[in-house]
Amino acid sequence: MAYLLAAVGGALGSLARWALAVVVPSSPGGWPWATLLVNLTGCFLLGALLAALAARSPEPPWVRPFLGVGVLGGFTTYSTFAVEVVGLVDGGFPVLAVGYVLASVVGGVAAVVLGARVARRPGGRPAR
Amino acid sequence: MTPLLVALGAAVGAPLRLLATRVAGRGGRDPAPGTLVVNVAGSAVLGLLLGLADVPAGVVVLVGTGFCGALTTFSTFGADVVRLRADGALARPLAYLGATLVLGLGAAAGAYLTARGL
Repeated sequence: MAYLLAAVGGALGSLARWALAVVVPSSPGGWPWATLLVNLTGCFLLGALLAALAARSPEPPWVRPFLGVGVLGGFTTYSTFAVEVVGLVDGGFPVLAVGYVLASVVGGVAAVVLGARVARRPGGRPAR
Repeated sequence: MTPLLVALGAAVGAPLRLLATRVAGRGGRDPAPGTLVVNVAGSAVLGLLLGLADVPAGVVVLVGTGFCGALTTFSTFGADVVRLRADGALARPLAYLGATLVLGLGAAAGAYLTARGL
């Protein structure tokens, strides 16, 4: 059942990622806005989700495979990030590539922490 | 047609990632190495796909955008780093972060350059 939930969630999340990439196309040598946007947003939402789940016991069994693994896992992507970095270096934009790696990794980790904080303390109270 | 291919590829990639993290997390171990493996493998497949000439656009969407996109994840990678840091020393999250970057970017670059040279 968890695998089916991950499959359906993954399809939904990936469709959203694809749609955003269509709306925000990135040019060769340009800053990969679409991937950065989905990755940072997905990190924020996963941080919030995990913090909200930590406050619930027992947690609903469908939430983690469907939303965490599926929707947010499918929405965010590492492979596209990796080939975009390679593309920037290969295209003669090494400084841009380093900046993109830093923005993605530092921003992603910060977004997870921020999401968790927001979910843990809505209006200063612990999440339920 | 394109959205259908994205969804189909993703419906295979996401459960495969779940399987990888469950296998890695067996016996109470941390599942982060499972995330590392799928992120590196997916980056290699996508690099290969984009390096090859004459791959039909539908295959790029199905395998690249759908399968590789959902097999790999940035959100779980970020959450893994934060969890490993919360669990203890700084060495483990830094090693995981470094391995993901070096192996993932290396796999993408190696596969891309190899495929382009074929």
